[in-house]
Amino acid sequence: MGKEKKLVVPHALFPWQPGKEGNKAEKRFIVAYGPHWHDGGKISTKNYNIVVAALPAVLMGISQYGAPALGVIALSMACAMVWEFVMNVVMGRSVSIGDGSAMVTGLLFGMLLPATAPWWVVLLGTFAAIVIGKQIFGGIGFNPLNPPLLALAMLVISFDGIFDFNEALLNYDLDFAMTYPLANLKAFGTAGIGEFGLGALFMGKQAGAIGSTFGLGLTIGGIYLLLRGYIRWEISLSFLAGIFITALLFNMADSAKYAGPAFHLVTGYTLIAAFFLIPEDSSSPVNFIPMLIFGVLAGVMTVLIRNIGAYVDGIPFSILLLNLANPLLDKIRPKAIGKVVENA
Amino acid sequence: MTKRPFLGVVKPRLYYNVVPDEVEELPAPKKVTLLLKNGRNGGVADAVKVGDSVKTGQRLGVSAGSSEYVISSITGTISGVAPYVGVFGQVFTAITIDAGGQDTWDDGFSKEASLDVAQRFLEYIPGCPPFAVFSDTGKTIRSIVINGMDQDLSLTVNQCVVQNEAENLKRGVQILKKITGLDRVIMVVPENLVQQASTTGAEVKRVGNRYPESLPRMIMKNVLGQVVSAGETIEEAGTVFFSAEAVAAIGKAFESGQLPVSKMLTVAGKDGKTKNVKVRIGSSLGDVLRSCQTVTHDRDRLILGGPMTGLATYSEDLPVGPDTDGIVVQGEADSAQVTDYPCINCGECVRVCPVKIPVNMLVRFLEARLYEDANQLYDLNCCVECGLCSYVCTSRIPVLHYIKLGKYELSLIETSEAVNG
Repeated sequence: MGKEKKLVVPHALFPWQPGKEGNKAEKRFIVAYGPHWHDGGKISTKNYNIVVAALPAVLMGISQYGAPALGVIALSMACAMVWEFVMNVVMGRSVSIGDGSAMVTGLLFGMLLPATAPWWVVLLGTFAAIVIGKQIFGGIGFNPLNPPLLALAMLVISFDGIFDFNEALLNYDLDFAMTYPLANLKAFGTAGIGEFGLGALFMGKQAGAIGSTFGLGLTIGGIYLLLRGYIRWEISLSFLAGIFITALLFNMADSAKYAGPAFHLVTGYTLIAAFFLIPEDSSSPVNFIPMLIFGVLAGVMTVLIRNIGAYVDGIPFSILLLNLANPLLDKIRPKAIGKVVENA
Repeated sequence: MTKRPFLGVVKPRLYYNVVPDEVEELPAPKKVTLLLKNGRNGGVADAVKVGDSVKTGQRLGVSAGSSEYVISSITGTISGVAPYVGVFGQVFTAITIDAGGQDTWDDGFSKEASLDVAQRFLEYIPGCPPFAVFSDTGKTIRSIVINGMDQDLSLTVNQCVVQNEAENLKRGVQILKKITGLDRVIMVVPENLVQQASTTGAEVKRVGNRYPESLPRMIMKNVLGQVVSAGETIEEAGTVFFSAEAVAAIGKAFESGQLPVSKMLTVAGKDGKTKNVKVRIGSSLGDVLRSCQTVTHDRDRLILGGPMTGLATYSEDLPVGPDTDGIVVQGEADSAQVTDYPCINCGECVRVCPVKIPVNMLVRFLEARLYEDANQLYDLNCCVECGLCSYVCTSRIPVLHYIKLGKYELSLIETSEAVNG
């Protein structure tokens, strides 16, 4: 053949062939192992879907609290992405903003804040979420704790006043009672929550964080994610069941002091936690029974903290605690078929 | 390519193609290349020299001391003998034969049915029947399973044989029973081929058409009710698998006295259309694709086998082997692209795994090259290599590739321990 051009030949007997249709380029095939099909799922698609699912609740929050809420959300998302970028550069890794993970973390963190949160709280919180919560462990997939909740927990402990929703939303006067339902419950027992109708609470007529009060929107978004398979229904539903059952038991024991289960389901961070926070991939189990235990225990812990603990809402702490138990829980798994168990 | 369904809460369902395509016989090629496995001692074929003339059906073996051989699929002259290294470093001698004149059949093969004859002549016929296991004293084979289903999606070679070659299958089953002395011959077929299979004299069992139900270990568990444990092979568990095509070829060989030299395979083009063709073993992939009017371009994938477990190879000059069940051509846009993202622990793989392996943990150990821990703690050797974990992976990790590498590395570790210890 008398080839003058030097070819990279993987094997002398079967060299790459020059293009047969007059192409200048050689015809090279991509060598790969199977499977050569993929169902098309991607991390970025998954994250964009989560953002879309969160939109109804976010839009409701913005319509209630106006520009400050929009500012908090936008700043939170932007800061999260900037921190991610900074950490990518510092750690010498490829830039991972495109996967949407920082965007979701930023959005969810913003949704947990009151509309009046000052800019430095957002900056600090996203730093805690992205840098401390995720990047120092190795980035996406390696975070042992839920990043937005870790950030929230750190801020709630550090700056008590900012997360006291009664104080934070003092200057707002919307068409419903501007007191934080869970704070009322803590202070006055069930007598303090008589003015709240369950339907109104579910429709977002309650004081609270920007993206966590509109129960209907969160539920619609959550059901969308469940059906699309982007979150694990076992965790979400068992979490809600855990809250419901524990709250019911408390309520039966002393209905003057402890609110009924439905009240706990529609107030505080319950619904955003059930559909957006607790099913976060990296910090939750994947096997069936561990998922159920994880969800139920997180629900039980939440109500315990709300009813007899020091904090008004127990969500951040209950879920973080269960995040820590996740590796242990996930050891409960079915025996692989064909596995030989060697007993001593 | 089957996409993720809108309702992702259900597991993905992939089904085998159970309706065989028509078969077209392609003319004999001008040149064939046969890959002869090198013997353990690395002995290259000094019995085969450039310039030798060979007949169709002639046995070309390595020199004394090795049982490996190939069967020439055309009549002509040997034009090249060269070493070739396949996947995982397996060493072959590639023997190229240029066709010359009419097919003349070699008469070395006798019609007398015995295990010895089968081992000497029939291991390179289409489907590669594994006769060697019968003379392995470490294994007691109690039953033979004839797989009437292809092991990968899109392919319909075995289904086609069951549908069209019931006579050959019947004779093949008789001969298998005779030369092995085994009574238990089971044929597993999909629902729609039960009638054809029932005439062959084998015990017929049904197998579902959902992937990966026709993989041997899944058949053992679901159809025969015997779980093969992770450390042992199916042969060690007392069963040997033949493909339906191999059994039909055995029947045909003893019927006609001529060794079958044409392999049936499914060719799938970029448009997803499949077609069954019969070609001489050793034909180049390029020849087959040109005969099927399937064009390939730069950056395509040329997959030997099926879309789930096949291997995308690098040259159209590589030959069709006796175990090549399909050629799938895939454009770059349709190919599954892998990334170097870490596992995000979404659990899709854990839910889809047919043998309940915690793939999310397994892949972490494999990435860290902790192969022994991967096997002891997270069931590396239980894997049946169906590829569903890679198929659903949100991070697009090449999980199956990691698993195969892990198994290979683990076998090296175990071998060196056995040698040194």
